[in-house]
Amino acid sequence: MPEIRNYTLNFGPQHPSAHGVLRLVLELDGEVIERADPHIGLLHRGTEKLAESKPYNQSIPYMDRLDYISMMCNEHGYVLALEKMLGIVAPQRAQYIRVMFDEITRILNHCMWLGAHALDIGAMTVFLYAFREREDLMDVYEAVSGARLHAAYYRPGGVYRDLPDSMAKYQPSKWHKQKEVDRLNENRQGSLLDFIEDFTRRFPTYVDEYETLLTDNRIWKQRTVGIGVVSPERALQMGFTGPMLRGSGIEWDLRKKQPYAVYDQLDFDIPVGVTGDCYDRYLVRIEEMRQSNRIIKQCVGWLRNNPGPVMLDDHKHVPPKREEMKGNMESLIHHFKLFTEGYALPEGEVYTAVEHPKGEFGVYLVSDGANKPYRLKIRAPGFPHLAALDEMSRGHMIADVVAIIGTQDIVFGEIDR
Amino acid sequence: MSKAVEALSARIQTRFSDHVVTHTALGELTVEVPAQQLLSVAQALRDEEEFFFEELLDVCGVDLLTYGEAEWDTVSASCTGFSRAVGKPHKIKTQPQDGQRFAVIYHLLSVKNNQRVRLKVMLDEAHLIIDSLVGLWACADWYEREAFDLFGIMFKGHPDLRRLLTDYGFIGHPFRKDFPLQGNVEMRYDTEKRRVVYEPVSIEPRTLVPRVIRAEHAVKSVTEGGG
Repeated sequence: MPEIRNYTLNFGPQHPSAHGVLRLVLELDGEVIERADPHIGLLHRGTEKLAESKPYNQSIPYMDRLDYISMMCNEHGYVLALEKMLGIVAPQRAQYIRVMFDEITRILNHCMWLGAHALDIGAMTVFLYAFREREDLMDVYEAVSGARLHAAYYRPGGVYRDLPDSMAKYQPSKWHKQKEVDRLNENRQGSLLDFIEDFTRRFPTYVDEYETLLTDNRIWKQRTVGIGVVSPERALQMGFTGPMLRGSGIEWDLRKKQPYAVYDQLDFDIPVGVTGDCYDRYLVRIEEMRQSNRIIKQCVGWLRNNPGPVMLDDHKHVPPKREEMKGNMESLIHHFKLFTEGYALPEGEVYTAVEHPKGEFGVYLVSDGANKPYRLKIRAPGFPHLAALDEMSRGHMIADVVAIIGTQDIVFGEIDR
Repeated sequence: MSKAVEALSARIQTRFSDHVVTHTALGELTVEVPAQQLLSVAQALRDEEEFFFEELLDVCGVDLLTYGEAEWDTVSASCTGFSRAVGKPHKIKTQPQDGQRFAVIYHLLSVKNNQRVRLKVMLDEAHLIIDSLVGLWACADWYEREAFDLFGIMFKGHPDLRRLLTDYGFIGHPFRKDFPLQGNVEMRYDTEKRRVVYEPVSIEPRTLVPRVIRAEHAVKSVTEGGG
């Protein structure tokens, strides 16, 4: 009789369900996982070290490239750290805009997660549906910042500019006839807020569509119920935050518990799971999308009725308007100083955290009083989640590893940094 | 919020008496712990009812080698103007804990009491070893591997202290301040050897924006200002 041996399998870094660049060394006993050893760092760009060599504002675009699925939430964490150190607070309208875009980002992230997770497990259609909605939201990103993904829209002291009065429209072309273009442009006739409001009206039915495809789907349940179960105690031990923690039944959301921006003035609920398996985390995230939609609706309503500045008028930290610069010597000097040297932060250290779609996104900043950070440490929510992959997948079948990676919502931009 | 932080600070100070130094800035509590006491303090912070920090959020290293160094002299700006070029880095002020080069920072969170605390442990370059917290919080595993990888800090009692983020076979600790930003080696695929080769890096280091420390901020510090 031949000797039976465990063998080691290399999963990734080019495996389609490795979510980018995960290399996973799996020790198998037949088809059962004995040990999973993730090898990360294939996307390590040294963001934190790079930030040490740049003025503070120049690192904002790097934040987009951390978790490249939820760009503006990363920016929010970083910008809050700067604001806390500088002792400035963004105008109310800017805070509402930030919250609205944080929630748009949450929907973007959860759509991506849902599509990819379902695709990993074998459901093709959800991915196409989810990307249809992402398209609309990326147009919203483009409308305010000019970029569909890497927005660099938040600044210490507010947001870069106010919401536009018109929405970009499709043009007729060889592939799109006038009639079709008219149909596509139907909800783009008004301002950006009109477009977003229209989206919030449509979005709940889209979530219903996803749920029709998955929630009671027998295959989906077979692949997710009872897979990757994490008890609340273990979730805390392993440093889980966000939906991963809430999926295990712990009611913890920074938007409620340690509110930042204007979350304390908005009405929303925090969904919590019961069993802590992949299916519960799926339900939590689906409900989060609905709640985000609710928050966006409230923000749109507020923003319609409350025009105002979106940036502070403090030109020691915020560049002056172009027109002012042309006629005002002092503005010119401020502009010159801000774009050559930047501003200096007072000496000290700060830690700020935001409820990122994946969990707690923390920024720890040490300043020695210079115009560049002395040390910047980014607490990526996905990092401890992936570290727990070993524990979560032990004793499961090899196909369940894919479901567990999917449920963790792994993005390597933030884990490798 | 700040009242709760003050209360927590007082509780920690009485519980650990002269073992720790606490200070608050910007509404955040920092507890400086000597390396020998770290395990016992962390254990108490995790288990005792009044603290109950059941979650370790983050561990990171800090290298204080070039703390307070500026590349651009602005002291005599009013009479002679700025120096035209980026100068050699020179120390303007020293770090708060003079002489000790490394710090390890732990961020703890209590979900039950809704509180945060930051632990700071200073380490000497000659004795760069600290107790591992893997036994207390499982997630310390990867964070400590990362700190070991990037700063070369050793964690005593860590079950598997390997490099985490850098390349297989990487030499050096890239987040130390004496490690150049552009690195030491670069990598390319050699078509003749038909494999990846490593060569000395060809990028010239350059400073686009010099590091300056402003006098107006050098006076005012967050700790002194008291959040």
